[in-house]
Amino acid sequence: MNDGVLARIGRTTIEILGTLGGLMILFVRILRALFPPRYDKRETWRAFYKVGVRSYSIVIVTALFTGAIMVIQAGHFVVKYQATSFTGWAAGFAVLAEIGPVLIGLMFSGRVGANNTAELGTMVVTEQIDALRTLAIEPVHYLVVPRFLAMIVMLFLLTALGDLFALLGGAITADLMIDVPFSIFLRQVATAGLMEEYLIGLMKGSLFGMSIAVTSCYFGLNVRGGATGVGRAVNSSVVGSAIGIFVVDFAVGATWVSNLL
Amino acid sequence: MNGLSLFRQTLFWTFNGGLIRRRRQIMEQMYEIGIRSILFITVTIGVLGMITVLQAVIQIQKILPEYSMVGPAFIQAMVREFGPTIGGLMIATRVGSGIAAEIGSMVVTEQVDALRMSNADPVDYLVVPRFVSCTVMTVVLSIYGATIGVLAGGVVGVYVWGIAGDTFFRLVVVSTGDTISGLLKAVTYGMAIPIVCAQAGLSTRGGSEGVGEATTKAVVNSSFAVIALDLVISAFSYMFLFGK
Repeated sequence: MNDGVLARIGRTTIEILGTLGGLMILFVRILRALFPPRYDKRETWRAFYKVGVRSYSIVIVTALFTGAIMVIQAGHFVVKYQATSFTGWAAGFAVLAEIGPVLIGLMFSGRVGANNTAELGTMVVTEQIDALRTLAIEPVHYLVVPRFLAMIVMLFLLTALGDLFALLGGAITADLMIDVPFSIFLRQVATAGLMEEYLIGLMKGSLFGMSIAVTSCYFGLNVRGGATGVGRAVNSSVVGSAIGIFVVDFAVGATWVSNLL
Repeated sequence: MNGLSLFRQTLFWTFNGGLIRRRRQIMEQMYEIGIRSILFITVTIGVLGMITVLQAVIQIQKILPEYSMVGPAFIQAMVREFGPTIGGLMIATRVGSGIAAEIGSMVVTEQVDALRMSNADPVDYLVVPRFVSCTVMTVVLSIYGATIGVLAGGVVGVYVWGIAGDTFFRLVVVSTGDTISGLLKAVTYGMAIPIVCAQAGLSTRGGSEGVGEATTKAVVNSSFAVIALDLVISAFSYMFLFGK
């Protein structure tokens, strides 16, 4: 395209605003389907099963690695300043409040969010969504709300579980690489008073689930044009979810910190 | 075709004149991968840098009386860990899924077969340009991302926590080993992401459903590859590079 810079900036701005507006509208429609509840209960159970079971293995492995990486990164300081008593505290804080939820959220977005966009997108291009409408079934009630609920609950649970595995990974690495015994690392984490960080992390997790659900459903339902369109929609969906994760992370973190001041 | 033989073939074509033969596609991909990721990288790593400093100081308050080491330690973490790794994850997300979606749609619309019919090897024609540009651009974007992250973190450090600018922006703890470790990560991610994603794209079966599946597979596998490589290189760096 040979347009000027202004035209390109304008087009990008309009595109971004259009997407934001579409996301808001979808979010409001989801909320209106929840109060009073008008979504498909059986489909919701199926979504819980699919979302949770499909992603827990990748989340656990990611979490184990994340904990290990954090201990290795902190390990150098710990050894240099002989501050082994702070290993559990430093790695525990970094994992529970920040890196754990964010990395678990990013992997979840790749596994579940991208899959969801692909699934809904395929339904759009094969006209299954139109078929639902013809049968007087509202796609938001039948397809979107079940996934929305499942992703919020499941990412909350996966973060709760993943955080523990991340600490386990950290404990194993501390034992192997920086000579902080397994049990002592875990005791350090337990006595560091990180309950608040853990809860903040869980809150981040469920809000990430919400933003991933809305983003992935929006891009899935707005697919245009065949197989190429589905691929492009999945691409935009994971990009949008990643931005959503970091923005939510910032919002929650900033609110938390400003309440402590 | 599995990932390893795709990697071998890509290297074969790259160093058999692919760099020169495909220079136009390489430049196009550099633009597509590099320039068009800048906004995305800026937003994500910028936000991460800000929130990290915001939350870290709350914790450091509990054990240290003053914040003079916050900046240097944060810069070190950005250089050797967060710049390359979060940058790599973002590239896996944006570029990797794009590669798989593009190649996947070409497979289902039989454009890859058409290439083979015209005696153009799909690896040479499609994978080599993406491989070369992604490797170069991941390094560039990691350096850019680390810089943005440090600046964004510095803004929070200076304006929220009142750390003096020249206390925050000190490179005293960043060693050559840290820099090498960060660059090593960026190069490795940059090579792994296009291979993993092109492999997912090339093995697409079926219509639009297949493309969706291939793209999902590409995002998951390449993000996971980044985290696994991060662990391996971090452990390696811990033993041989850190503090040198």
